Formats: sequence, structure tokens, C-alpha cells
Amino acid sequence: MDIIELNKVSYQVEDKQILKEIDLHVAEGQRITLTGPSGSGKSTILKLVSSLISPTQGQINFQGKDVAQLDPISYRRQVSYCFQQPSLFGTTVADNLRFPFELRDEPFNQQQAVELLWQVDLDESYLNKKIETLSGGEKQRVALIRNLLFPPKVLLLDEVTTGLDENSKAIVHKLIRNYHQEGTTILEVTHDATELDLANYLITIKEGKRVK
Amino acid sequence: MKDLNISNLSLVLAFAMVMISIGISTHEKLGLAKDTLISVARAIIQLIIVGYILRFILHLDNLWLTLAATLVIIFNASWNANKRDPNPKRKLSNSLLALLVGTYVTLGLLLATGVIKWVPAQIIPITGMIAGNGMVACGLCYRALNNSFHDLRQPLLERLALGSDLKTACLPILRRSIKTAMQPTIDSAKTVGLVSLPGMMSGLIFAGVNPVNAIKYQIVITFMLLSATGISSVISCYLAYKNYFNERIQLDY
Repeated sequence: MDIIELNKVSYQVEDKQILKEIDLHVAEGQRITLTGPSGSGKSTILKLVSSLISPTQGQINFQGKDVAQLDPISYRRQVSYCFQQPSLFGTTVADNLRFPFELRDEPFNQQQAVELLWQVDLDESYLNKKIETLSGGEKQRVALIRNLLFPPKVLLLDEVTTGLDENSKAIVHKLIRNYHQEGTTILEVTHDATELDLANYLITIKEGKRVK
Repeated sequence: MKDLNISNLSLVLAFAMVMISIGISTHEKLGLAKDTLISVARAIIQLIIVGYILRFILHLDNLWLTLAATLVIIFNASWNANKRDPNPKRKLSNSLLALLVGTYVTLGLLLATGVIKWVPAQIIPITGMIAGNGMVACGLCYRALNNSFHDLRQPLLERLALGSDLKTACLPILRRSIKTAMQPTIDSAKTVGLVSLPGMMSGLIFAGVNPVNAIKYQIVITFMLLSATGISSVISCYLAYKNYFNERIQLDY
């Protein structure tokens, strides 16, 4: 069964057509890579799937149900969107990792947070580090595990390795691979040549249309 | 009090001060001469009308008429505060509720503590001061909200994408906006009496009240303005931020 379906989805802002009649079916556990020129509408697809915006035409389904009929808060907790060059909240790394727990009114599970930090090659001392002292790669890794503390069913990744050094890229790739192997469905946007080579299902978007 | 009467001749002669402003505008080619004349004409007409209305209300000293006058002041303040909201989806009811609560709670406290009495000569000017300051605070809140939704757009979207409810996602924006709205009142409280003698205190001294007694009123006014701007800012912000979203909790502006 498809976990995400886009049926003839279009998106228009005023007179500008961003996406035109996109059909996309993502099976549970699948990893799909979206690529294409800048401004072709790839990130808009992720924003639509995460329900941060709604299609002007067409329908998006999650597990067979129209997303427009689902509660947006609980939906976004299952279909989690990680931004390109994400911003961190509050003062410290811990503030960011505490945030998903606060949203769910659950006590902060520090052990789980530390385990995830280790998975992205950051040790426990990072919890109390001030966010402005982190490098770009470290910020991206913290943001990514912020999305994974409560593992989502679908992970939407918007060029999450852009601008990262090779070491950070390798760490992020490994983490994403692990989650995919454990069953998380992944829909990602990338321009990175290595990621495009590794992609097992590649879709090209050009001028708002699916061309391949 | 006899000395406080301005003759009509003095008033006409004082018009020379307006001519100074128009002269500067003409000499410097600022293009403000017409606007200055219109604003002066409006001020004169409005003040003459208000002067006669106030004389009538003060003379009648009727509870319901005084209450109606406060409602008119609050409605006008709300109307103007609402116009300062850059969001096209703004709602007059937001400003109205913020200023009704901010003004009447503050007014109620002033009455309950015995600082003022329910007489039109006290209620109407005080209502004007409270609602006027509340109006400025609401306007500042709306502009700060608009700027914050622009400047802090991505962190906001990230909070929503993590499954945040609307209020939690907007908390940093709300705090920033309320702080922006309250800051001028707090700043002016710090410099009151040092930079300028505020209107209330000046008015009392002008009327011959002992300056030491006049400051007591000014202290209460300072407390009153803090309360009014605080209440109005919080209510207007907590109502207006929702106008930036649709029912799917999507940023929609």
C-alpha cells in the first residue's frame, strides 16, 4: 500500500504556477529521491507533503486518507520535514532535543537524546553546548535528530547535506540509511552527485512537472 | 484658575506658530504646507466639537452618558489600532476586545483604589489616556507581529513541521511582539520627570496644584499606563497572531 500519494497535484501562487499535475506514489518503506534544477518545485512538493501548504488542485493521501481531512498536528508528527539549513531553537542543543518531548507533554528522555547524538558522532557534552558555537554540519545533525527522537513514518529531507563537509555528509548519510533500513519511508530532495548515484528511485522535476 | 483663560485674540495670534511650520516646509520644499493646514483645521474643528460635547456631558453628570462616552473613546481607539495592523485579514474585534478589557480593568482598579471617582470630569480624560496608550501598544504589537512573521518565518515553519500546536510554534514571535509594544511605556517610565513633565502632572501644576501633590497623580498614571499597555498588548497579540494562519495551521499571508 502507498503511504503517500499525490494525485494530479498542482500548486499556484497568484499567477505563478509552481507545480502542475504531479502524480507521485510512495510505497511504505521506500526511499525516493527528487532532483531537478533550482526553482523547479522540488521543495514545494515536500512542503505540500508535510502539509505546511495545501495544493491548489489535486489531492494528497496519507495511508489512503485525504491529508486535508487529517489533524495537521498529529499528521506532521508522522510525516516529519527536515529543512535545508535548519534553524535551531533556544540557547543550547538540549533545548532543541527537549522540544519534541515538550510538544507531546512527555518528560525529556536524556538517554535517548544522547544515544542519537552518538549516532551522529556528537558526544554527551554537546547537550549543554550553545547553538551559536556549533558548526554548520553539527547544526544540521542536531536538527536531523530533533526530527528523529520520535521516529516518524515518513521522513522528508530537503537538501540536508548541502554545504556540509564530507565527514558530516557521511555521518548524515549513514543515519538516514539506518532509519530507512529500519522501515522509515524517505522522500528526499538533493543535488548531491553521490546521493544521486546512491538513489534507488530517482524522480526528476522540471518547471513544476514530473519529467522522469 | 482665572489666569488659565486664553482670549480668542491670543488664540488667533498663536496661529503664527503654525505659520512658522508652514514657512519651514515652503522654504525647504518639504511639500508639507497643505498637510499642515489640513491637520490644523481638523484639530481646531475636532477640539471645538469635543469641547462642547465635554461641557454638555460634564454638566449633565449622568452615569450612562459617561459610560457611553468611554465606549465611544474605546471604539475610536480600536478603529485606529486596527488600521495600524498590516495584515489584510485583521479583525476589528481583536482591537476592540483588547482595548475594552485593557481600559475597563485599569479604570476599575483606579476606581476601586479610590484614586479617581466616577465623575465625568475624571473618568473621561482618564479613559482617553488609557485607551490612547492602549491603542499605540496594539498598533506596535500588530507591526511587530507582521515583522516577526517575516523575520522568523523559517523557525516558525520548522516548529510547525515538527508537529507543534499553533501557540507553541508562535511563542517566540508573541513574546517579541508584546515586548516591543510594552517597551516604550517602560522606557518612558524610566525618564518621567527627567526628560519631560508628563501631561497630567503639567496640567495639575498649570492649574495651581502643589507639584508634590501633582506627582502622586503622575505616579498613579505611570502605574495605570503600564497596566493598560500590558493588558492591551497581550490580548491583541494573542488574538491577532491567529489571523496569519488558516484552519490547517498553515501560514497564510
